[in-house]
Amino acid sequence: MMQDSPMTDIQQFLFHEARLLDAQKFEAWLDLYSSDCIYWVPLELHQQDGVHTSSIIYDDKTLMEIRIRQYAHARAHARNPLPRTVHSISNLLLEKAQDGSYQVFSNLMVAEYRQEVLRTWFGTVEHTLHPHGQSFKIQKKRINLINSEAELDGISILF
Amino acid sequence: MKPSINFDELIKEDSIHHSVYSDPIIFELEMERIFGKTWLMLGHESQIPQPGDFMTTDMARQSVIVSRSENGEIHALFNRCTHRGALLTIETKGHAPTFTCPYHGWTYKTSGDLHFVPKPSGYGENNQEKFAQLGLSKLPSLATYRGFIFASFSSEVESLDSFLGPMKSSFDDLVDRSPEGGIEIAGGVFKHAYDGNWKLVLENHLDGVHPNYVHISSVMAARNQTKDATAVPSSGNYSDIAVRQMLQNGAPDHVWEDLGMWTTDQGHGYMGDYHNDSRLVVGMNHPDFKSYKDQLVSRVGLTQAERILSVTRWNSIIYPNVSFMSQFRQLRIVHPISVDRTVVYTYNVKLKGAPESMFRDTVAFSNVVNGTASWVLTDDLEVYGRVQKGLAMANPEWIDISRGLGTDIEEGEHVLRGGTGTSEVFVRRQFSAWLKYMKEESSTQKIK
Repeated sequence: MMQDSPMTDIQQFLFHEARLLDAQKFEAWLDLYSSDCIYWVPLELHQQDGVHTSSIIYDDKTLMEIRIRQYAHARAHARNPLPRTVHSISNLLLEKAQDGSYQVFSNLMVAEYRQEVLRTWFGTVEHTLHPHGQSFKIQKKRINLINSEAELDGISILF
Repeated sequence: MKPSINFDELIKEDSIHHSVYSDPIIFELEMERIFGKTWLMLGHESQIPQPGDFMTTDMARQSVIVSRSENGEIHALFNRCTHRGALLTIETKGHAPTFTCPYHGWTYKTSGDLHFVPKPSGYGENNQEKFAQLGLSKLPSLATYRGFIFASFSSEVESLDSFLGPMKSSFDDLVDRSPEGGIEIAGGVFKHAYDGNWKLVLENHLDGVHPNYVHISSVMAARNQTKDATAVPSSGNYSDIAVRQMLQNGAPDHVWEDLGMWTTDQGHGYMGDYHNDSRLVVGMNHPDFKSYKDQLVSRVGLTQAERILSVTRWNSIIYPNVSFMSQFRQLRIVHPISVDRTVVYTYNVKLKGAPESMFRDTVAFSNVVNGTASWVLTDDLEVYGRVQKGLAMANPEWIDISRGLGTDIEEGEHVLRGGTGTSEVFVRRQFSAWLKYMKEESSTQKIK
């Protein structure tokens, strides 16, 4: 491991992101993202981009704001009540880019509970993080669900 | 199984018995008498463009290979080895000169003919005669319209032309929009599932009253966004289409009331478009569509191009397994799994020869409306689940489908138009087709 590796800081940052999601503190969660961010859950394995192929989620910051605002609406049928979640992150790998940003690879497990049903999700995640003050901003997060191409019931959580 | 159900007693002019949505015996009879008899859409020719291309799909829960053989012909084959019955392929699509059974290696040509059998001497001297009879089983009827592939389990099904009837114009509306006169399926497929009966999605897609109730949370979330001066959607942003579409779902009552709603005696139907945002309606004069329109005009001339783009239809339903639309070029194929479980495959349609930006709009629309985690579809799926739970209960026994009853207008021999856009005429017509199918004993044994 590099001597000047910020691995601990980055690991803490990702754990913090997961904790905000599990605590349903979505506005604080959104603050972790830069204004030019993309939050992406591709539909297909090895999907190249979000404009030539549909995505389970392909949100810029505007759409992320609308997404969390929908959560709060009393008649958001699929989201009221919101599912309870537990996000678990492991297998972190770090790459530093020329521009000072970090590419972080991790594995993700999410347990989701709503209306008597427990669902589980597994995927690999890639974060692009830019140093920001004493912390980071997420410029891109790509979540590759292992069953993204499967027959799926509606999804109302964030990964 | 010979259940003695009097279907006439379940379908009234103004109400439907709940068991039609919740009784597993009725569901099995639907698979036999509706899905097992009439035309079902399998997909589109563009999914298997080259000889040797194939895809698999389900018809009434049976696995079917749709292949293109060496001579370019399309075949619909049961995905089942004639030797000991294994599925020949578990791929959803691919390219292969032959299909080889994983069990004992029996191999079939893409036309379905048996090509190779190991240890042929074990079948005696006249085995060639026997093998000629052991090609893959074929769907008895196969036909296409504007490139869309349909098949039927019945050899006695009416012609596809007659089955589609006035709905051919909706396929024309879609395909004619291509500057090259052709379309292709592209850009991924959502397979969304819900705990509800297959009929719920077909009813929902022509329902102009539900958006202001089912989708109100996404309408309000998008409306509040536009109040933020820094985030007003402007053309060119990725989120533009999504925000505009969510806003349009909040159209006021009179818009839905004034829509056209046409239905046919086959249970098909289409509704007029409710959009008035020029960035979402190609026929309006938004500058983003200029290069596309120029291309269309150069192919078909100005008069024809204007006629093509003046058509404003929202969803079209081909009963019992298709919903599609030309405005955002979406195709959905409905797969019933059980009485309370359904999967809908949702495809994007690309207009051949159109600028790339047109397909970007299609993908953006699919993400916001048809996506498995989208703002819009998720609320539909949630409500289907709640309807199904309610319809499993027998108190009250009946549901009401009477809105607009008595005001529907005949337009020609086969078409009934809703007195208003929110008439439940489309539900009544789907059920009159349902009743006609269900009262006929099945002529085919294959579906049993």
